[in-house]
Amino acid sequence: MTRTRQSSERQPRVGLFVTCIVDLFRPSVAFAALKLLREAGCDVEVPATQTCCGQPAYNSGLRADARPIAAQVIAAFEDYDYVVAPSGSCAAMLRLHYPELFAADAAYAPRAQAFAEKVYELVSFLVDVMEIDGVDASFGGSVTYHDACSGLRELDIKDQPRRLLESVKGLELKEMDEAETCCGFGGTFAVKYADISSAIAERKTKCAGEAGADCLVAGDLGCLMQLAGKLSREGSGLSVRHVAEVLAGMTDEPAIGAPED
Amino acid sequence: MKPQSHAFKETAAHAIHDPGLQKALANVRSGFVAKRARARSALPEFDQLCDEARDIKNHTLAHLNLYLEAYETKVREHGGHVHWATDAAEACGIIADICRNQDARTVTKGKSMIGEEIALNDHLERQGFEVFETDLGEYLIQIRGEAPSHIIGPAIHLTRPQIEADFRRVHTGLPADRNLDDATKLVAEARAVLRERFVAADVGITGANLLIAETGTSVIVTNEGNGDLTQTLPRTHIVIASIEKMVPTLEDANTILRILARSATGQDMSTYTTFSTGPKRAGDPDGPDHYHVVLLDNGRSAMLGSQFHDMLRCIRCGACINHCPVYNAVGGHAYGWVYPGPMGAVLTPSLVGIEEAGHLPNASSFCGHCEAVCPMSIPLPKLMRHWREREVDEGRMPLVQRTLFKAWAFLAKRPALYRAASSIGIASLSLLGRRQGRIRALPFASSWTRHRDLPAPQGRTFRDQWRAGRRT
Repeated sequence: MTRTRQSSERQPRVGLFVTCIVDLFRPSVAFAALKLLREAGCDVEVPATQTCCGQPAYNSGLRADARPIAAQVIAAFEDYDYVVAPSGSCAAMLRLHYPELFAADAAYAPRAQAFAEKVYELVSFLVDVMEIDGVDASFGGSVTYHDACSGLRELDIKDQPRRLLESVKGLELKEMDEAETCCGFGGTFAVKYADISSAIAERKTKCAGEAGADCLVAGDLGCLMQLAGKLSREGSGLSVRHVAEVLAGMTDEPAIGAPED
Repeated sequence: MKPQSHAFKETAAHAIHDPGLQKALANVRSGFVAKRARARSALPEFDQLCDEARDIKNHTLAHLNLYLEAYETKVREHGGHVHWATDAAEACGIIADICRNQDARTVTKGKSMIGEEIALNDHLERQGFEVFETDLGEYLIQIRGEAPSHIIGPAIHLTRPQIEADFRRVHTGLPADRNLDDATKLVAEARAVLRERFVAADVGITGANLLIAETGTSVIVTNEGNGDLTQTLPRTHIVIASIEKMVPTLEDANTILRILARSATGQDMSTYTTFSTGPKRAGDPDGPDHYHVVLLDNGRSAMLGSQFHDMLRCIRCGACINHCPVYNAVGGHAYGWVYPGPMGAVLTPSLVGIEEAGHLPNASSFCGHCEAVCPMSIPLPKLMRHWREREVDEGRMPLVQRTLFKAWAFLAKRPALYRAASSIGIASLSLLGRRQGRIRALPFASSWTRHRDLPAPQGRTFRDQWRAGRRT
């Protein structure tokens, strides 16, 4: 891994926020994140009391249910130098929406704000904070990158993953049309308005397929579950992976939704 | 029209499988979206203008009573009349009275979303007036008996062959052998019919994109020039506008006009930008003898200072609609009333009630594209979330959903229990699909698996593996 930073600095202590969906469905993304963070010179820990960021409740209008879950995350992570999540959606929840969730609580709001400022999405953390400009990994094939909405529009994640992907040996990046258009996942939206969610996904899988790449990559497992599920139903040969797996060179596991070898 | 927003799900499901509609919707992406992007990148100060426009509106809304009064004074000074309408019924009543006092028989209308909001055509027709829409899109939906499907392109859901068929059905003087196989010929046909209406009309009604307090002026932008003919040819011109259209000065109007068309159609300016300030003066070559402005509240003043205050900055450019993946999938009619897409998802519940329009703020993936392209920086996802919170507070969340959330939140607050429960759940799910990598049907998750496979979990949860000592 290429670093431009001085290696004599104290190793930053990073709390990895695994995210509930990675914990449940694709632990390899968390192990890839651990590898990338360690190689970038971080001292990484995984606090045991984490469950979910509370976003499903928050976005469903259940602020009262989201608040204690958020407070639990803050208590578990606030002593780290940084909090890093392999998801733009969860990171944006912690970084932007926690302060809003506690805005009316004058006693707690400063604590939520101080916590929020330490939170980053994995790839943007590697590039913007750890100043990594390349990774030591290889991938035999071409990749097309989907800009997951929260990361793109709430956290300005656009160039960082592309820059690191281009440093992967053997990897060719092929841009798709409408890379910035939503995949239709949207958390509970995917089941509450399943017809619409599916129609949006169809448009996305069409664009991704037309890019002519071997593998579709993004930084959010929610989108990837949606798109892998759709591609699988459509009988597409396009494989689907989280960007962290590709950047960490951990692509031995079957792709998302793919059978065991 | 009576709101049909409660039927959103059913209408949307139908719309997704309507090939004609889907073909028409492709024009939104290739037209509006691409053109806006070009217009924005061609104007270096675009984002700065947006910030200025937002500040102008914030200032105006903070002093709205003062600017409304100043506007009224100016209109009266110019010899015009100002009428205040609390709701749709009052506005319709005022307009019908003006028409009656003028012994009017026929009325022409420029495009007005407020006219749609108060169902003005229906009211005037019930009172015995003949009403003709003169904007091509509005004319098309009028002869089809439909509602608009987009705030700037009311007939964007139609394809050319549908329009040709409607003209042949309605224009009885149209020879059967007349060729109408392209857009230009269709426009020529509509123009020929509409010209007669303009000349015959007793009253012309237009909306307003802006009201200017400093001068008592109302502004409309059009691409067809129909607004000018509607307001200058008849004896009486009625402007119908909602109160939040106000800006303080001509300079402020200019700032907003510079971002309006660029955000809407990607044009630098609309083809026609028309300022109207009172009736014809002595020496004016043309213009109406009588000039009336009907200022409509219809729920806006209740939004001032509320959680939904920011929505009052909306200039109705439609950018949020054009960029919305949900709108692009289902079109405008699914929203069931006058305002579709993200702006409708926030505004419609404010105007017709959340009990009717509850689906609209819920049917969003919160992708945030709407907020990103909104020239007035309206935080649309946040406002939709506020509606969801309001529904929860009012006990409107369905019991099953509420119970599931409660159970989930109970677990999420107890990490040890959560780990144990998720461990069992994931182990079972993994058994179902590990070898194939996917699960094709799950009885308790059929709304997911009806449309897509569920990628199978890799096996044990991360937290179980971590506890067992795995570190790489």
